[in-house]
Amino acid sequence: MDQKVSSKDLLGQMLAKHYDDAIEAKKAGELVAWSTSIAPQELLETMGIKVVYPENHAAAIGARKCAQEFIDYSESGGYSTDLCSYARVNLGYMNIQESIAGNIPLPDFIFCCNNICNTVIKWYENIAKELNIPMILFDMPFNHTYEVPDHSVQYIRGQFDHAILQLEEISGRKFDHDKFKEVMKISSETAKWWKKATALAAAKPSPLNGFDLFNYMAAIVCMRGKQEGLDIFKLWAEELQGKIDRGEGPWKDTEEQYRVMWDGIACWPYLADTYKVLKKNGINMVTSTYPDSWTIVYDSDDLDGMARAYSSNYVNRNLEYGADNIVKIVKDFSLDGVVFHSNRSCKLMDFRTFEVQRKVHARTGVPSVIFDGDQTDPRAFSLAQYETRIQALKEMMEENKKAEMMEEKKERIDG
Amino acid sequence: MNSIEQMISNFEEQSKYPAKAVAKVMKETGKKAVGCFPYYTPEEIVYAAGMLPIGLWGGQTEIKSADKYLQSFCCSIMRANVEMGMKGTYDLLSAVIIPTYCDTLKCICENWKTAVPNIYLIPMVYPQNIRIEAGVTYMMAEFKRVQAELEKVSGRAITEKDLLDSIEVYETYRKTMQEFVSIVNQYPNTLNARTRHFIIKAAYFSDKKSYTAKVAELIAELKKLPAEKFDGLKVVITGILAEPAALLDSFVENNIAFAADDLAQESRQFRTCIGSGKTAVEKLARRMSDQSCSLLYDDKKTRGQLLIDLVKENNADGVVVSMMKFCDPEEFDYPIFKKELEAAKIPMLYLEIEQQMDAAEQIRTRIQSFAEMMDKH
Repeated sequence: MDQKVSSKDLLGQMLAKHYDDAIEAKKAGELVAWSTSIAPQELLETMGIKVVYPENHAAAIGARKCAQEFIDYSESGGYSTDLCSYARVNLGYMNIQESIAGNIPLPDFIFCCNNICNTVIKWYENIAKELNIPMILFDMPFNHTYEVPDHSVQYIRGQFDHAILQLEEISGRKFDHDKFKEVMKISSETAKWWKKATALAAAKPSPLNGFDLFNYMAAIVCMRGKQEGLDIFKLWAEELQGKIDRGEGPWKDTEEQYRVMWDGIACWPYLADTYKVLKKNGINMVTSTYPDSWTIVYDSDDLDGMARAYSSNYVNRNLEYGADNIVKIVKDFSLDGVVFHSNRSCKLMDFRTFEVQRKVHARTGVPSVIFDGDQTDPRAFSLAQYETRIQALKEMMEENKKAEMMEEKKERIDG
Repeated sequence: MNSIEQMISNFEEQSKYPAKAVAKVMKETGKKAVGCFPYYTPEEIVYAAGMLPIGLWGGQTEIKSADKYLQSFCCSIMRANVEMGMKGTYDLLSAVIIPTYCDTLKCICENWKTAVPNIYLIPMVYPQNIRIEAGVTYMMAEFKRVQAELEKVSGRAITEKDLLDSIEVYETYRKTMQEFVSIVNQYPNTLNARTRHFIIKAAYFSDKKSYTAKVAELIAELKKLPAEKFDGLKVVITGILAEPAALLDSFVENNIAFAADDLAQESRQFRTCIGSGKTAVEKLARRMSDQSCSLLYDDKKTRGQLLIDLVKENNADGVVVSMMKFCDPEEFDYPIFKKELEAAKIPMLYLEIEQQMDAAEQIRTRIQSFAEMMDKH
């Protein structure tokens, strides 16, 4: 009987192929774009243009613990140590062009969407300037209102049209609107299955150890518009459902005692350390704010819907939405606590964390802690501080559990 | 004190004590005041509504309450603004406009809702893709939305004529200020780094029309005098702002004059003239298409060339980078224009500043060494 390939193996193979294909395409004289992680890749996929994602690549460099070299290069050129470390890694890589974490080809143009932050505009401007290449920008106005206003949707639509013209000019080819519809359909479908798979983590015990989420995220970033991407998430969902049916938790050797979510980006250079401290305390990171970030869902012929979906990323929405979002996650995933990463690289998330934490606590009673770290700069994290915070969280969760048990006992007696 | 000294002293007084200055001008004009956060807001619309646009660019204040919302690595202007909002310094304002140019401002806008609930918030988005028509259309829609908000605050409708009249006031202000910064080169002793800054800053706490008249009067008085002899250094200063005052004093002590600036708080406010358009809001929108600043999308990265041109046009000896710590847009621009200035062999002094900086000693030393180094060449 054929051994079925697991989604994890498939993920590894497909990511390797993703990067190889881009390098081969570049060698063959084809166009390569560098894109931000939640950009309307549908347009590039329609044009058949190979894309690589500097954020993913920087994360991979961070996870392989070799970010410092690239960071040092950028800083020696005048980049402040207070700037986003993905940018510092990537701008360093742009010059060094060699990493044990894998290589990416240099871009022929830049594809930038600021629904994740305005920092990417400045970072990508610099790439465009240094490499003297064109830049395509999708400006998604910050939603200080709860929903995306109509005039923002119209503006984004106008930018789609403009970007299509830019792509036609850069590639010298016509944009195929029929193919575009197909790609829109697949992209939306992949996003639905990503959401579906990650939502299965709500089961108790959770079939998912959330650090796996960080791995699969690479696929939702790089392969959202491709059939292979869709296949991975369907397979992953099937595997997770299998675990639920068999009553399997996240780990084979130990039980899930507490369930938390992780707010913010991973500390890539300390992925194993941050994971182990949680596991040691019986804490499973069940989910994060990531699943919703790539749930870019719309009808296949609906450009307004697509515009709205891209603008709806939670970091591009107001604080009230941000708090509601976490409150919902706490409830949907039956969480005992929240871990907030005060990530030196991400001012857009950080400067709302304190207030979001207060709001979430007031509405759910669930305890949380904030620790200092960084997504790729290894200098901004202290394992000792992290451990202390996680232990404090565990103690608070323990207290809550005891109180709940007392309450239940009392009800039983009273009843 | 002669009349020029008196005029300058009045401007300085206004700039140093904004709360007092604003209360005074509110009383004199009977107008309401609206706080305008950095970096650009539709001041013309506020003015057209019969209200006073007041610039809120932080200040030296001890940060206590703002720590409830912001980590220490947040830019000092924004920490100061939240602090002052929370402690009541801004209570005389009827509203504040917070534009979301950078990631920090987006968060400030959101925190304001809880931190300072007593001051009505008008959030606003300036499009980054404003050189394409969809961006101009969006900008116009935002201006109209904000106009309706301001009408609520002022309690009266703003007519097209009100807007055009206000644009006229602002256009005169901008042209006057352009002339003002250009004559600094002839009177660098009177208009030294410190006085120049206070004169420009006073605009934020005044009625624009009378302020402009006062600056025009100062220019006229100065022009009666012969150009001043100056044996110090002339530099172009670039950044968000050049504060606190102790920083400026160090330049004066070392005989360094600001021949021109590319500061968001100063020339970037008035160097771009009104755009063309059929309606007032279209003129305002198209002006933003021409505006250049680190906070606005510029894939051509024109800042380096702009600085080189300013150095040449003003015969300056070098460029001073007044780097606002934790300001992403400024920090990203720096490595690019640094390379260009180096290639053009223009000397450069890099200073990292924070508004709450009280130990200016280190900066003073750096300015002094720069002056000495330049002296040797």
